[in-house]
Amino acid sequence: MTVQTVLLVAAALISVGLYGTLSQQVVVMVMMGLELMLNGLILAVAGLWWFCAPDPSGQVLLLVILAAMTVEMAMGFAVATSLHRIRRSDLTDTATDLSG
Amino acid sequence: MVTHLVFWGLAVVAVLAGVAVFVVNSMARASYSLALSFIAVGLQLLLLQQLYVGVLVILMMVMEMAIMAVYMNMFMGMNPAMMSMNMVHGARHALPVSVGVFLLLAAGALFAPWPSRRGSPPADVTAALGMELMGPKMLAMAGVGVVMAATIVSGVVLAAHRTRYDRFGDDLRRPRPADPQPGGVGR
Repeated sequence: MTVQTVLLVAAALISVGLYGTLSQQVVVMVMMGLELMLNGLILAVAGLWWFCAPDPSGQVLLLVILAAMTVEMAMGFAVATSLHRIRRSDLTDTATDLSG
Repeated sequence: MVTHLVFWGLAVVAVLAGVAVFVVNSMARASYSLALSFIAVGLQLLLLQQLYVGVLVILMMVMEMAIMAVYMNMFMGMNPAMMSMNMVHGARHALPVSVGVFLLLAAGALFAPWPSRRGSPPADVTAALGMELMGPKMLAMAGVGVVMAATIVSGVVLAAHRTRYDRFGDDLRRPRPADPQPGGVGR
């Protein structure tokens, strides 16, 4: 277990999550892709913390990432609920109002 | 040696469970695959001595995925009979992009000159984190607290079926609320 191997696993998780985020049509599945990317990010930060600078202040960044994950999930559920209520749909293709 | 084996075993579980999220034919299975991936990463955090964060990830994500499974059964009408669940668009671009990102990140991870460790970890990592949060990093936690409160309010506003604006108009000046079912004192 080295910093390289930890970051390699994190890269795999981030890439799988990116595939899901880009390819899925259902809003909740897109959220799952984002969660998987954040999962990889947590592992990468934890690995860097342990192998490069195990200072207590570095762990605070992990808690901030966890908070971001919680916010993403809560707001995603709320948006999906609102979308389902208004349009009877759970697909991203029916929610392109803000697309450039 | 045992630590290395456990780490690689957990790594394989984390990545394969992550892949399974987008392969399995059921939303509930996808949720629990993601939960499994999070549990594996949480256990890897424990190997990296992140005791508090590791346990937090496992507990939080297991509950979150349980909620997600219930949520998807409630709202996502698709696939009740476990039929083929091919709900992708743009997969032709998504796959090469994600493979390219993986190769880029992997090259960075393997070939970057990572610095050697500076300092040593505290004896009690969890206690040190607590002291940090209650001391010099309190502003970060206070900020997170405000964001969480704003998230609760925003989530309720977005998900609420009928709010006071639906009942009393956009300027809240409607004398009688427009309720589908009349009733209550004076109405």
